[in-house]
This record gives sequence, C-alpha cells and structure tokens, in this order.
Amino acid sequence: MSDASLSTRGVLRVKPENRPLLISGLFVLAILAVGSAYTLATQGSMPLLTPNYLLLQLQIGAFLGIVAAGMMLVILIGHIDLSVPWTLTAAAMMATAVGGPAAIPVGLGIGLLVGIMNGLGVAYLRIPSMIFTLGVNAVMRGLMVYHTGGFAPQTAATDTMRFLASDHVLGVPVAILVWVALSVVVALMLKRTSFGRALYAIGNREAAAYLAGIPTRQVIIIAFALCGLCAGLAGVLLAGYSTKAYQGMGDAYVLPAIAAVVIGGTHILGGRGRYLGTLIGVILIVLLNSVLSIMQMPEAGRQIIYGCVIIGMLLAYGRNARVHG
Amino acid sequence: MPSDLSLRIRQNAPFIGAIALFAVFYVFYNMFHPKGFSTQVLVQNSNEVFSLALVAMAQTVPVLMGGLDLSVGAVMTMVNCLASNLVSGTPLQIVFGIVVSLLAGTAFGFLNGVIVVYGRIQSIIATLATGAIAIGIALLLREKPGGDVDADLNWALTNSVVDFCETYGLFEDGKAAWLQPVAWIPVPLILLVLIALLVWVPFRRTVTGRTIYAIGSSEGAAYMSGLPIARAKIAAFTLSGFFAGCAGLFLAIQTSSGNADIPQAGAYTLNSIAAVVIGGTSLLGGVGTAIGSIFGAMILRVISFNFRIFEIDPLLQPLFEGVILLGAVCIGALGILRIKNRLELFR
Amino acid sequence: MSSDQPILALRGVSKRYGGVRALEDVDFESRRGSIHAVLGENGAGKSTLIKIASGVVQPDEGSMTLDGAPVRFASPSAANAAGVVCIFQELSLMPDLSVADNISAAHPPRRFGLIDQRVQRRRAEELLARIGCEDVNPLMRVRDLPLSRRQMVEIAKALGKAPKVLILDEATSALTHADVETIYRVLEELKASGLSILYISHRMHEIEALCDRLSVFRNGRHISTFDKGAHNPEQIVEMMIGREIAAQYPQKVLRPRPPAYLSIKGLAWENRLKGIDLSVGKGEIVGLGGLDGQGQKELLLALFGVLAGTSGDISLDGKKVSIPSPTAAKAADKRIALIPEDRKTEGLMLPMSIGDNLVAASLSRISNGLFLDAGKERAAIEAGIQRLQIKIGAASDAVSTLSGGNQQKVVIAKWLMTEPEVILLNDPTRGIDVGTKQEIYKLLRDLAAQGAAVLFYSTDYDELIGCCDRVAVMYDGKIQRELEGEAINEKNIISASLNIAAPASEAA
Repeated sequence: MSDASLSTRGVLRVKPENRPLLISGLFVLAILAVGSAYTLATQGSMPLLTPNYLLLQLQIGAFLGIVAAGMMLVILIGHIDLSVPWTLTAAAMMATAVGGPAAIPVGLGIGLLVGIMNGLGVAYLRIPSMIFTLGVNAVMRGLMVYHTGGFAPQTAATDTMRFLASDHVLGVPVAILVWVALSVVVALMLKRTSFGRALYAIGNREAAAYLAGIPTRQVIIIAFALCGLCAGLAGVLLAGYSTKAYQGMGDAYVLPAIAAVVIGGTHILGGRGRYLGTLIGVILIVLLNSVLSIMQMPEAGRQIIYGCVIIGMLLAYGRNARVHG
Repeated sequence: MPSDLSLRIRQNAPFIGAIALFAVFYVFYNMFHPKGFSTQVLVQNSNEVFSLALVAMAQTVPVLMGGLDLSVGAVMTMVNCLASNLVSGTPLQIVFGIVVSLLAGTAFGFLNGVIVVYGRIQSIIATLATGAIAIGIALLLREKPGGDVDADLNWALTNSVVDFCETYGLFEDGKAAWLQPVAWIPVPLILLVLIALLVWVPFRRTVTGRTIYAIGSSEGAAYMSGLPIARAKIAAFTLSGFFAGCAGLFLAIQTSSGNADIPQAGAYTLNSIAAVVIGGTSLLGGVGTAIGSIFGAMILRVISFNFRIFEIDPLLQPLFEGVILLGAVCIGALGILRIKNRLELFR
Repeated sequence: MSSDQPILALRGVSKRYGGVRALEDVDFESRRGSIHAVLGENGAGKSTLIKIASGVVQPDEGSMTLDGAPVRFASPSAANAAGVVCIFQELSLMPDLSVADNISAAHPPRRFGLIDQRVQRRRAEELLARIGCEDVNPLMRVRDLPLSRRQMVEIAKALGKAPKVLILDEATSALTHADVETIYRVLEELKASGLSILYISHRMHEIEALCDRLSVFRNGRHISTFDKGAHNPEQIVEMMIGREIAAQYPQKVLRPRPPAYLSIKGLAWENRLKGIDLSVGKGEIVGLGGLDGQGQKELLLALFGVLAGTSGDISLDGKKVSIPSPTAAKAADKRIALIPEDRKTEGLMLPMSIGDNLVAASLSRISNGLFLDAGKERAAIEAGIQRLQIKIGAASDAVSTLSGGNQQKVVIAKWLMTEPEVILLNDPTRGIDVGTKQEIYKLLRDLAAQGAAVLFYSTDYDELIGCCDRVAVMYDGKIQRELEGEAINEKNIISASLNIAAPASEAA
C-alpha cells in the first residue's frame, strides 16, 4: 500500500500523518492574510506581518504551547488531563507565596507532584483519566481557595519569574526561548527515545505494549508527571507575566490546549501524532484569537468562529477510518 | 445457576449504590436541618437539583456509547438565553416559546450527531467545538444577562403541585381532596420523574436505545449484528440536546432571566460528567442508566446542601467537594485491586 | 437429502484490496442439505468469499444468486434478511448486554414499539436449549460467560435467524470438546432439514468428520470442489499450498533428556493452577495438552509474570527467580518470551508499522544510551524479516495489511530479537495456513537445537504428537500425566485429557 494511495482524491501526495501539518500550516498563513487584508483596509498598514507583532504572539503563545506540549504526551497514550487549570494556578500561587530562589522549584514541584498523583490513579487504580483528573482539579481548587481565602494572592512574582516571562534577550522574548527549549526536548523524546516509542505503543494498544515487556505503568506515570510539570511551568511563567497569580488563571488553557493538540493532527484517542503539529496548532489558535480581536469581533463571533475552525480542520484531515467494512 | 434477582442486583450494583448513597446523605441533611423533612426544604432542594439532573441525563446518553458530550452545559446556556427572550407574553406566545426552546436544544443535539456520524469526528472534540458555537449563539441571543419570563410560570414551576394548580385554577385551586396526598410534591420533582418515565424509560426499551448500549459495548459487534448504528448515534446526541434544552428552559423559568455565563456552562458540563460517573455509568460505555445520573447529580448537590447546614467554612467547601468526588471515584475503582490476571485490566 | 440445485451460487466474483487480489473470477456453489467445507491457506480468499456471501463486503465484479434469484447484500443485515447467516468467532456479541439481548439483537419481539423482554427471554431459552445450553441464564451478561459459552450464544443467535445458508468461520475453535460434539449434532440435524452449511476450518479431522463436500481455494482462485473421499488429506493439502509437501513435522532429535533449565515446583494460582510441577530443559520442546480451560494458558501467563498472587517456585538454571511482570520476564537475567494467544489484540499494535512492531520488545537493544539508533533499528528489522521470511511490501506498512500467518511471524520475530532462553507459545498456529504452520514447526525445532527451552500449548494434538519431545497433559489445574518419546500418541493424550487411566498395555 503506497503512501500516496492513502490521500483522498490524490490532490496532494502527502503522507497521511503529515496532512494535518500542511493544512494547519496553510491555515495559519490564511489567518495572517485575512488579518493583514483587514488592517490594510482599515488602517492602511500590515502590522501583522511585522516581527514585533509575530514575536509578541509567540510570547503569548508560549504559555499555551507549554501546556499543550504536556497535554500531547497524555493524549498520545489515550488519556486526558483535566487537572491542568488548577495545577497551573496552584503552581503560580505557591511560587509567588514562597518567593525567593525557591519560587520556581516550588512551582515546578507542585506540577510534578500533581502529575505523579494523576499517573498513579490512572496507572494503578485504572480510573478513567477524564474523571480522575477532574477530581484532582477540584481538590487543587479546594486547596487554593482555602489557602488564599478566595482572593487573589497579594504576593508578587520573583524577578526570575518575570525575567523568564516578560523580558527579552537579544530582542527575542525569553518566554519563547523557554518554549523552544521545551519543544526540542519533547520532539526529541517522542521521536528518538524508547520512552517516546513506548508512548505510541501504549496509545495504540496497551495490552500488546504490556505483553511486549514495556513497563506500561511507569510510562503512564511519567507521561502524567511531565504534563503536570508543564502545567506548573506555565503557571510559573504566567505569574511572572502578570507579576502575580490570580484566581482561575488556568481555566482558559485546558480546552484550547486540547484543541491545539488535535488540530495539530494528534488523534484524540492516542497512538499517533507529531509534535510539530501541536506547535502549529498552538500558533494557529493564538493567531486566530489575536486577529479576531484586532478585527474587534465580539465574543459571540469569536466563539462561533473558534468552534467552526476546529470542526472544519478535522473534517479536512480525513476522517476516522470506518469501524467496519 | 444464579437466580434472576441476584443477577440483576449484581449487574446494577453501582446504580443501587448511588441510590443508597444519596439516601444516606439526604436523610442526614434533613436530620440536621432546622426545618428538615418539610415541604419548604424539599421544594428548595428540587429547584436546585433539576437543571444539573437534566444536564447529567444529557451527558449519560453519549457516554453510554463510549463517547462524551462537552457541549451539554453550553446547550443549556443557549436554550436558557433563547427562552429568556421567548417565554413571555400571551399564553400562546408562552407555549410557543417553550416549544421553540426545546426544539432548539434538540436540533443542536441533532447537529452534534450529524457531525459525529457523517463528519466521522470523535465526539469529545466535536462537542468541544460545537460547545463553543453554542456559547457564541447564547451570547448573540443575550449579550448581557436579562430577559423576561412569565411570572406565573416561574411561580408555578418552582413550587409544589398545590401552587401549580392554584396558579392555573386547576382542581379547585389545588384544594381538591383527592389531590391532597400528592399536593406537597415539588413540581420540579414531578417534571423530573415525568421526563425520566415518559422519555428515558421507553427510549431505552426501543431498538435504537438498545443499540446505544451495544455501540458502547462493542461497535464492531453491533454492526455485525445488523444494528442501526448511524441512526442510534444521531438519536443519542439528539436526545442529549433535548435534555440539555429542558435544563436550559427550566433555568430560564426559575431565574426569570437568561445569562450567557461561560464559566457556569463549563461547570455544568464538568459536573455532569462527575454525576454520570457517580451514578454508576461507565465512561467506557455499554453500562449504566440516565436515572443513575439523576441520583449522581442529586448526590453532588446534597453534598453542598450539607455544607450549608454544618456551616462549614465556605472556604473549605470546594476542598471538601473535591475530596469527596475524588474519594467516590477511587472507591468505585477499588474492585480493580481484586483482579489477579493483569491482562484483564486492559479492556 | 442433498438436491443438485444449488441454493447459493457465485459467478465470476472478484474482489481487490488495493493491489492485492483477494478473489479472482471465482465460481462457487453450495447445495441444500449439505455441509460444505471451504479450505485454503490464509490469503487464499476463503474469508473474502464468505464476507461477500454474508454481506460484510461487496464484490468488485461478478454476481450472486440465492435460490436462483440474483442478490446483492449491502450489509450483514441484508444478508440475514435473505437467510444467509454467518457465525464468526465471537465477533457479533456485545459483552455488556445480556444473552437474551444479544440473541435477539436486531429484530427483537416487540409490543407497542418497545422490546418485549419476556418474549425475548423465552426465545433465548428455546434457542439455548436447542444447543444444549439450558444452564445459561439469559439475563447473564455475555462478558461474564466463559469463552466457550459465548461462542455457543453466538451460534444460538445465528440459529435464531432461521437461516437458509449457514456459514461457520472457525466457529468451533473456542469450544470445549463437549460443546463441539453438540454442535456437530446440531449441524447434522440442520443438514437433514435441508440447510446449506459452509464450514471453514483448519482442522482436518473436523472436516473429515462433518463435511460431505469440499472446496479448495488458493491465491484467490477456486481450485476444485469434490465429494468427501475423492482425495486423501495429503492431496488436499497439496492442492491448498500448490506444491508437494514434505513430511509435515521436522524430524525429532532422539537423545537423552537434557537437564532441567526451567523448573516449576508447586505453582498455584487462584483455583486455576493447583500445584504444577514441570521442567523444561535446554533444547527440549515440551507441549501442554489437555482439554481447553484446564489451566494451560494460565500456566504460560504465570511464567511470564502476568498473574498476581502466584505461589510456588520457579527456577532458571537452578536459581529461584521471581517474575513480577513481563518487563521482568524479558530482563537479561531471565530472557523469557511469550507468544500470546490473540495476535491481533495482544501480540501486535495493528495500526503501527511492521518495523515498529518488530522492535517493540527490543527498544533498549537498538538504543545508544538515551536515544534510539536508526542504523541499529533498521538492521534489526531487516534481520527479523529475513530470519522468518516474512512476506511484506515495505517495513513501514501497517502490520494490519499482512495475512494472519505473516502477522504471527512478526510476533515471533519480535521475540526472537530479544534472544530468549525460554520461549513460551500460546497456541501459536491457531487460524494459520498450512504453509506457515510448517515453517513455524521447523523454526521451533531449530530454536531448540540452538539451545532454547520451548514450552508450548496447543489445542491440536497432531501438533503435539508431531513436534514435542515431551507432552504434559493438564487436567483441572494440575499435570495429569507426562508423556515421553513413543508414549506420545493420540490414545494416551486423550485418555489423560479426560482423566482416565490409560489402558495397561499400550504400545505406540
């Protein structure tokens, strides 16, 4: 069976796993084009195509991107992590509360611990990840509400946190550098390590992976731990960006992260997907958001467009294989 | 050979467990409530439970097929906003408003079904997207909270049977003798029971209803058995939309307003998933019932009722809720530890 | 008796999957009142033939007639409506639904539009009684039934559709011997009442016992159809594989029994294993025999670390070992390999490539420190394909595109890459064509000669007789009897399986 024969109607002879990358990449360009046309018509200029603007978008995208990177690992093994919102928030709040040199390690540590707890529940108790992480999210929320008394914590982010989130190095926002570094690690891990291979195997068929001697429980725990770690890192950075932590700061990240991963071509049930796709997915969502707000689209329109974009792209990727026949 | 009764009990153990858990919590609550075991408390509780129970029923149907509907909260919100625009004025207009609102929810569910079946997109991601669309429509219908719902309807549906009859001049204003044994029952409870008995129970007994369970159990086998897969999937989401629409309509009548509250929509959706699991339905599909999810929703609500009674520091309530949810889920899973052949852990 | 008028006839039927010709211009007929065997290797086209006949797939060319009238089945339900019913291996039962629900799945008895549970239950009871399964409570969930009972429910379900043509695709492989006898009886009754039955099986003795007509397929073409007795088994096998077959089993090596390498003492688990004592030496092929469900599979799983809560001792080369998981079993100090029961769900990740599947158990071997080494990976994949002569397009193809026999070869190659000392196999040749079977037998003998200790479970006692140096027959979780050398014969195996003492003077 040649690769070309799998593409529909032979329009583009691209390998099936790369089609989502191509389509989402083109869509990113389309968004930039439409936005530029709009600004050209209304302002007479194309600020969207300036490096300043693009770098700013990438900087904002870094937070979502870091969350999405961790989420992708969990989705690849056929699970999901709904504890991201309050793990992120807890990491941010505790990091600012602790302050000093321990701030970032504390934040990351919280993310890691929550992730490990998620992994244990899913790997050992075999509780569906959807509901277990939902419960963990509720517990983290409970802890933070109690800790902060329901208000936004007054403690400020440390200088290092602000540096990582808001400062620039040689004109490039440091946040982007953090995202790039993480991306390199994740991409390498997925493609070139046995851990990455194990993720795909488990996502495809856990029983066969188990019987092949892959330590499935450990892999699952590590995947969730890394997802939690990423959520913690995102929380720390976000706190640095806003100079403090606030209630509900993580809520806006979980569904877009899942959307970004899926738009990037990763199958929601696990087993296939490329990290580059997740990157493009994040950029797509961030740009879409930005262009829509430049066009002063009201919230109603934004939500509808967001939903239509996701469905449109999934339809374009070539749908699931038939279960039968 | 095991007897029929013992089989039925064993097969429905999680469901029975949910009912028992609810009973324990609710009796406990009433014992410590200063006005416990009174109609007043019962009415207040039913009002608070109704919408979540219906959203939980909505979530149950796609979950039975092994899928998920992340748009249930959004559809509820959308219908809420629609109803706040329509359900007022002349009686004819009110009835029209009710019908259109329910139709809107049902139609949106149908749309979900079509996208999942013919677009061949996994339900979790398809409904994530359509949920955004529903919220967008809700915002279009009601940019800011507001609206108007017929006051009589609001009073009648949020109190007891006797108040309902009084409002509409039925059965001697609710004082008819034969009505008295049931006059104290809160109308939301009656509505809940009616919807469960007249919609869910018969539906489950149809071939389409059974096919939903079959798909959740093994879609390949369902196809080989000649079951109508596409029809059942679309029906499942349509029914889900109908239930979510009922929840939204009630919310509008109850609050006499519409509010495109995005966080609330999200909370309802996530709580509906929790209610479904607590009520004994498996997220893997094939096992469970919408009635169990009603009890799951009631358990969730009763937990917060109990907080009120014991004057638990409001700051601790979210923590308690979270721990109880997580605990309930873990306890349900402890049966896993008895499995000695690890291959059986992988479904 | 059988009339000469065909009930189901296919003319000029062809079906292609991508570049592969599954069926090429096939003419086929089946008659009333006949049990008609369809024989052929995997990839010969038999499964495609029956999929077309039962509406699962549509032919690219050709026509089909039923009772003389042209038909074309767009789906299994269309075929069922016309009277063509196919019994698969457990493929059409929903595990979480009750037996009664499953039996009347698509067209249940109804009242006022709703399913009538009571009538449905009675229907299930009648059908189950017909096949001797009165002990199955129709309320039970299929999931809670043992495999053999599930297959019986599947058969009851098929009978409930009042078929004119009944197709059985390896439908008896999961059944206990008692149930198989019952099904033979039922099939004979159906044949006498005029049904046309198509029977697909790889078990020659079953076919000889049951069928009155046989058809052989090879490479997608219909080779020949003949009455029973027209050809002997060797000729039939030659027709199936298209060449002269050498002796079916490789020569056994006659030599004194090697010292024990794998030693099992008092192995017990739940109530499935009740104290197993067994040893396997390096260079030996030991077979596990006995009726289905006596603990053979559990023994292999226990040796591979899948079962929790085992008691007893397992030793390798004299040293006691503990095997808590497959990861531990595979470890360099033990090197145990297991070829699992179901290759599709336990042995392979079907959507992944052949290459990915081949290296799945050897990821540390193809790594350089932290990272996978592409060169080592490629070399390992090629070596694996070569060693077992796996017929593939490209190593990047999905493993789901391979035939059953080649898929099993991938599973075996995957494990050979770990250089195992102990090789456990769980019914490795089930559902595999004759040609590949022979290759596997030879491979096992070669591996033993190279020093591996081989323990394998087979439901086919011809295989046990032909391949093994020793056979341990299990009954009720214990080893009933160990047979060696010339004592390995059908009578001894069967009598031990049934827990009967063998007749006193029993020469080979």
